[in-house]
Amino acid sequence: MSRNDKSADMPGLYSAAAGQSVTKLDPRQLWRNPVMFVTAVVAAMTTVLGLRDLMSGTPGAGVALHIAFWLWLCVLFANFAEALAEGRGKARADTLRATKSETKVRVLADPDADPDTASEVVSTTLREGQFVYVAAGDIVPTDGEAVRGMASVNESAVTGESAPVIREAGGDRSSVTGGTTIASDWIVMKVTAEPGKSFLDRMIALVEGAERQKTPNEIALNILLVGLTLIFLFVVVTLPAFASYSGTTIPVVVLGALFVTLIPTTIGGLLSAIGIAGMDRLVKANVIAKSGRAVEAAGDVDTLLLDKTGTITFGNRMADTLVAAPGVDMHRLARAAALASLADETPEGKSIVEKAREMLGAIPPMPTGATFVPFTAQTRLSGLDLADGRQFRKGAIDAVIRLTGQTPPGALAAQVDAIARAGGTPLLVAEDSTILGVVHLKDIVKPGVRERFAELRAMGIRTVMITGDNPLTAAAIAAEAGVDDFLAEATPEMKLDLIRREQAGGRLVAMCGDGSNDAPALAQADVGVAMNSGTSAAKEAANLIDLDSDPTKLIEVVMVGKQLLISRGALTTFSIANDVAKYFAVLPAIFVAAYPGLAVLNIMGLASPTSAILSAVIFNALILIALVPLALRGVAYRPASAAQLLRRNLLVYGLGGLIVPFVGIKAIDLCLVTLNLA
Amino acid sequence: MTLLAYTLYFAALISTALCLALWMSRVYGGLPALAGFERAFLRTSGVDPDRQMTWGTYAMAVLAFNLVCFVVLYAILRAQGALPLNPDGIGGMPPDLAFNTAVSFVTNTNWQAYSGEAQVSYLSQMAGLTVQNFVSAGTGMAVAVGVIRGFTAPKGNTLGNFWVDLTRSVLWILLPLSIILGLFLAWQGVPQTLQGAVTATGLEGGEQIIARGPAAAQIAIKQLGTNGGGFFGVNSAHPFENPTIASNLAQSLSLLLIPVAFCFLFGRMAGDRRQGWAIFAAMAVMFAAGLCVIHIYEVAGNPALGLGANMEGKEQRFGAMLSSLWAASTTAASNGSVNAMHDSFMPLSGLVMMVFMQIGEVIFGGVGAGLYGMLLYVVLAVFLAGLMVGRTPEYLGRKIEAREVTLAVLAFLSMPLCILVGGAIATTVPAALASVQDPGPHGFSEILYAYSSATGNNGSAFGGWGAANTWHTTALGLVMLAGRYAIIIPLLGIAGSLIRKPKAAATSGTFPTHGPLFVTLLVLTVLILGALTFLPVLALGPIAEETARVAGQTF
Repeated sequence: MSRNDKSADMPGLYSAAAGQSVTKLDPRQLWRNPVMFVTAVVAAMTTVLGLRDLMSGTPGAGVALHIAFWLWLCVLFANFAEALAEGRGKARADTLRATKSETKVRVLADPDADPDTASEVVSTTLREGQFVYVAAGDIVPTDGEAVRGMASVNESAVTGESAPVIREAGGDRSSVTGGTTIASDWIVMKVTAEPGKSFLDRMIALVEGAERQKTPNEIALNILLVGLTLIFLFVVVTLPAFASYSGTTIPVVVLGALFVTLIPTTIGGLLSAIGIAGMDRLVKANVIAKSGRAVEAAGDVDTLLLDKTGTITFGNRMADTLVAAPGVDMHRLARAAALASLADETPEGKSIVEKAREMLGAIPPMPTGATFVPFTAQTRLSGLDLADGRQFRKGAIDAVIRLTGQTPPGALAAQVDAIARAGGTPLLVAEDSTILGVVHLKDIVKPGVRERFAELRAMGIRTVMITGDNPLTAAAIAAEAGVDDFLAEATPEMKLDLIRREQAGGRLVAMCGDGSNDAPALAQADVGVAMNSGTSAAKEAANLIDLDSDPTKLIEVVMVGKQLLISRGALTTFSIANDVAKYFAVLPAIFVAAYPGLAVLNIMGLASPTSAILSAVIFNALILIALVPLALRGVAYRPASAAQLLRRNLLVYGLGGLIVPFVGIKAIDLCLVTLNLA
Repeated sequence: MTLLAYTLYFAALISTALCLALWMSRVYGGLPALAGFERAFLRTSGVDPDRQMTWGTYAMAVLAFNLVCFVVLYAILRAQGALPLNPDGIGGMPPDLAFNTAVSFVTNTNWQAYSGEAQVSYLSQMAGLTVQNFVSAGTGMAVAVGVIRGFTAPKGNTLGNFWVDLTRSVLWILLPLSIILGLFLAWQGVPQTLQGAVTATGLEGGEQIIARGPAAAQIAIKQLGTNGGGFFGVNSAHPFENPTIASNLAQSLSLLLIPVAFCFLFGRMAGDRRQGWAIFAAMAVMFAAGLCVIHIYEVAGNPALGLGANMEGKEQRFGAMLSSLWAASTTAASNGSVNAMHDSFMPLSGLVMMVFMQIGEVIFGGVGAGLYGMLLYVVLAVFLAGLMVGRTPEYLGRKIEAREVTLAVLAFLSMPLCILVGGAIATTVPAALASVQDPGPHGFSEILYAYSSATGNNGSAFGGWGAANTWHTTALGLVMLAGRYAIIIPLLGIAGSLIRKPKAAATSGTFPTHGPLFVTLLVLTVLILGALTFLPVLALGPIAEETARVAGQTF
């Protein structure tokens, strides 16, 4: 199944969502969304009143039913948005569920028992602590830990990555996930998850939204929306008294229409869709959030702890430059370096050969009869002995000095020092007892990383590089990559300390990790992303799991979190700003009978009181459905400082929210007049 | 010329407020030089000045203190006829009026359903009303300081000690300023005497009773403490309350002085004075806009009544400009004293005054109350717009979460609830309708103004309206209570919740809460969340009246 976008069967999703928007009218479901519940109540009331007027032949029944129609549409549109957002997750959940079939598994009495003595049980009855024997072709029945043996496992069902990974007893690669397939060999695994509580179960529940709990910001926003609804309830409920004092009456239907247009239906209707869609974006990025809270926290992160290897650098030292000793021809040095590395299969060796190819135009052929001298911890050298007795060597400075009995000439020694100072690794190259020059090995920073960190800095996020390197090397790479700080010779304890220090300063910290010894730091961090390839301890401690095991994902997670919050804020602002225009549409319409002078408030020049009220109600419904794509996709987000973001979003959603309804209501009014509907 | 005069006024106001804010920050921080007297004073009263209070304890202290104040004041007003210092032999107040008056002064509203010279004895004025002018103002200031600590102080549990903050507010801020202003006013001709009224024979031969009394002292604190309750019935329009242009200027300045100083005090206590300036700027922008409207309409006058400025209900010695400035200030600052009759202002001037009160008296507002009221809008503005920068909204490094929003919404509900529901009942119940003096939208405005004024704890009135009606003395008393404590308690709750949170360091990802952008945002929040709620009722009152006036109709 891999990436989610393949499974998006759009027409199917739409029709399913349309169906659900009707079933979601169930009051027990609507109740969870107070704003839409209230809207539905008003819609029902308006319908009843319209029907009553229709039966009794009272004039105005048509308008009442027309208003009721649009009020119902408003509720249906909100349900549709939510159903559509949920539908995307359901599609993925179905494919996940397909891997979770009921099978017979072989349970052992103890880990060392003979597989032939195993008893067969149904996979769904497995209990925590039982030992299961799984061999090539078997589907791993549930989450567990390898306690014996070693196997290659195809985890594509969970991660989308088709290359099998090795799982073995002991160490950091012992965890196995339910739903994955053993590709070769066998293991004995200890069940670590209760039935129905496995990683796969949790993932299904999560993407389906079944376990969706409102996040802290969502709860706060909901309270505000309920508060605003209450305020407008006071406004509308007291209006008949004020109107009757002023010698006019306002029909209940009109009051209901005014109420619904004033309460924040736009954000109220889209709020849950925004939340679900945000989680869905994470799922698309192949990250599983254990809670919505973690996604929101990701948006709040102030400090990112990033592992150097894999995130910032490629993880291998590579040949950067070759510096020849005084009087030595560059080509001779390149050739010697290449020969010394020809048989060297390490990434460093290969990069030296590659560098030599660049300089010479071709790789020197392997001389016949040459013997490879491998690197050992004792000699700290490697190279090639040619059949004619010549010896090519490359290695650590002191090792080459010991071997050749010579010290590098002054100019070269200065170069060696410079390389070491810059955080690189100098390798001396020698032919027999002549030192030819030095190879500068360095960690290569991934392209684009520097720009990424500059963006993060603009967003106010500090990046801290975590590395096992010595401080000198770490400082050089940190400067090159443009991180704000680094932690050299890092141990898990130091990571934990760093996180605590940052948190004590009031900062929220995000990190990623995979090993068991990362677990405390992952648990301490506000946002912990565990690599799916990591240990179950790490996965347990983290609040997000990256199925691709890509440490750069952390940055993407932060972006998704921010986008989620921005979408909510932008649509709330838009929704509230809309009220200004709605007041100016409805108020003159209901008061003009009492005070004809109040027609001056009709600044949009709407045709009649009826068309004004209808236009406001129709706009209210249409704007909701028009904003569904924005709610699902999320507001466009480019990294920028908070001040820039605020200015831009206030302009677009605040000012836009003030202006758009004036234009929209006027346009609808013109249509109504043209179509003779009001 | 007009612009220059206004500019000079504001320059004087801002510079004195800046100095006062510096003094206040020292006082509330605890000045060693004053500590000896202060501690002895508090120890004698049985208060441990070192005890730190959580928000709950702080709120309980506020309520307990105000309850005692209410009971004592109510008793004095009821029994004043039998008490000394009553040279004019004024009888005890009826229960409903005493309730209304006691609530009014304890809540710093100073709504006057009574007439000072006819219904209140000297003892009631001095030991009752003037004392409340000090301590109700002191309560507001102490609450504001507690709230500011919650927003700005380092992580902790406590907001300070209410008794200490109250004592400091009264002893070192209100008292010294009142003595200075009181002496100045007495010099300008405001009476300060314990002798009874003078009976004089006028030029036309008729006998006239000229009321006097210990006025200067009360007027000083009435202005400084944004109380507004005058010594005489017509308040600062009375020549004995406000005899000269100089006294008028001094009163206008002192009316806004402490509320403005609170903005700057907030900045000082936040350790970032830009925060204080931002709040000040938001208030000042709205104030200036409102003042402009009033000034333009009053100076232009009503063509239906002839040419020239609208001078109906205004004192000749002040004219349209000084009356406009006073009207804007007194409604913005929750003061409620008047030097002209608001009932006679132009319809849209009345609208501005009502809006100033309906948004919750947050444009400078009552001493302390204006600032904490504005902080309520700050919490809402930060929460709404803060999400738009992609983080959990933060103010001064602290997260605004469900608890803060819940409390802010609770506090926020009190304004529409009291004004709209109270007003709606007042427009339907026949017993209440008896108070309305004028027909049509103007009569409607009178009701709306009364309920807005009481809820906002302002205390000024559209004069034509019969405030002494039993229905209204009771209803307005309840509304005043809600308008005061339904905001104080949730705000202390917000402060108590915020102070428990760690303060995050500001980064470029932090929502900026200073500068023009935030000021604009805050102003828009006040207008859209605060003022827009009242647009329907304003349409039926002042807006309808204005459109009728333009069409040549008067009420």
